[in-house]
Amino acid sequence: MSALAWRAAGLVVLALMVAIWGEIAALKFVSPVFLPSPARAWAALWNGFAHADLAAKAAGTIRHMLGGWLVASVLGVAIGAIVGSSATARAYIGPTLEFLRPLPASAVVPVAIAMFGLTPEMALGVIGFGSIWPALLAAVHGFAAVEPRLTEVERALGLSRWQGIAKISLPSATPDILAGLRLGLTVSLILAVVCEMIAGLDGLGQWVLLAARAYKSADIFAGVIMLGAIGVVSNAAIGFVEARLLRWRAPQPA
Amino acid sequence: MKTLARALPLPAVLVVLAEIGARAHGPSDSNAPPSEVAGALVEALSDGSLFGATRDTLLAAFGGLAIGAGVGLALGTLFGSFHALDRVMELPVEVIRPIPSVAVIPIALVALGFGYSLEVAIVAFACVWPLLILTRAAVAGVEPRLIEVARALRLTPLQRTFKIVAPAALPRVFVAFRLAAGISLVVAVTVEIAVNPQGLGYGVMMAGQALRPDLMLAYLVWIGVVGFALNAGLVLAQRRLFGPAAQVEALR
Repeated sequence: MSALAWRAAGLVVLALMVAIWGEIAALKFVSPVFLPSPARAWAALWNGFAHADLAAKAAGTIRHMLGGWLVASVLGVAIGAIVGSSATARAYIGPTLEFLRPLPASAVVPVAIAMFGLTPEMALGVIGFGSIWPALLAAVHGFAAVEPRLTEVERALGLSRWQGIAKISLPSATPDILAGLRLGLTVSLILAVVCEMIAGLDGLGQWVLLAARAYKSADIFAGVIMLGAIGVVSNAAIGFVEARLLRWRAPQPA
Repeated sequence: MKTLARALPLPAVLVVLAEIGARAHGPSDSNAPPSEVAGALVEALSDGSLFGATRDTLLAAFGGLAIGAGVGLALGTLFGSFHALDRVMELPVEVIRPIPSVAVIPIALVALGFGYSLEVAIVAFACVWPLLILTRAAVAGVEPRLIEVARALRLTPLQRTFKIVAPAALPRVFVAFRLAAGISLVVAVTVEIAVNPQGLGYGVMMAGQALRPDLMLAYLVWIGVVGFALNAGLVLAQRRLFGPAAQVEALR
């Protein structure tokens, strides 16, 4: 079967799953208070766009997510490049980074609230702190793992330090960095939702939590569908960038 | 010894700087010198509140991990063994997986209320994916000649799964399990911070709201220690159980 046919089959399965969800809701296996029918969730989604501020909330979440992620990515890659390209820096700084990495980023939320209050700056700080680790560690690894023969080429060509970084190290570390950025984007979406829930910032996190407090299950599902869509789109976007930037690489054996 | 001598200066300098900075700034509602944080940590450890909170968090994290990892393992094995099923389920997985785990909180909150079940459900949802994705890859990537052996021996599909595929895929599955264990702790703490009034996340939140920065930072340090210990323990187990077989994957 062709890829398209498999895709169509997947679509059928997805439709089937929605149909089963509809049946469960229609037969009231689960109380409608908890589980809206797909039609009600769909109506709540359109209603949210047409008469409520669902679009503004989604924009708020995207703004929080991208703002924190951009700051974290730039800082993370810059610091990672410095640490990764020097064996001495790796020996002294690496262990501290490894110790901090497993720390759940959301645990710094209360600290950030104490420092910044319930403000957008707090969200920026938390999201930045959380999503800097994947980018930072990936950059450290990418810059540390430059093929030694490429470093010899760099020396043989008499490249300056900056030329070496721009022409040899950075391209060689790009696959690692992109993988880190992708992970960081996922983390930043999660943290954006958490910050919005706790601090009541304008966004989908606040939307779904308020809907839950009011037992409006259809509105919750509308918010969750929007969050899923943001996840899918951001993932696809970075996948597209990845494919573009890494076109020069030899195709990997499957 | 030498690596330790190089690892320690940076944290030591940071702690000293934090001490000097906090002392120079004077009493604060948002920051405390490390010496007071250490005092608060000892206090919370000795009155048992920290252990109680740790138990609540770990119970929820491991409960969710067990359920989520079990479901992910089963689905991953199925998808990895049957190519058609895998291709057909690709789209549904792609659609459901990017939903951030915390977005499920309100749904679970309405359905389950506060408590362990809420936290376990969210953790389970988050832990399904690493197991599903990596198990599927591990099972599908089993050396084809081993599958031929299974066919030559006329093993039933069930025998093939347990006698050939499981041992071959196990090192990579354990790596997935280690990832999921890390995720389980992160998600459990996150749920506690966001909504659920129990465990370490709630403790750090309450200490912050009670304007006890020393206790808040002590909780934060403790959460870091628990996360580090969990990860270190699993890395050690991986090395002991699988040796070099797991090293390649562990580097990723």
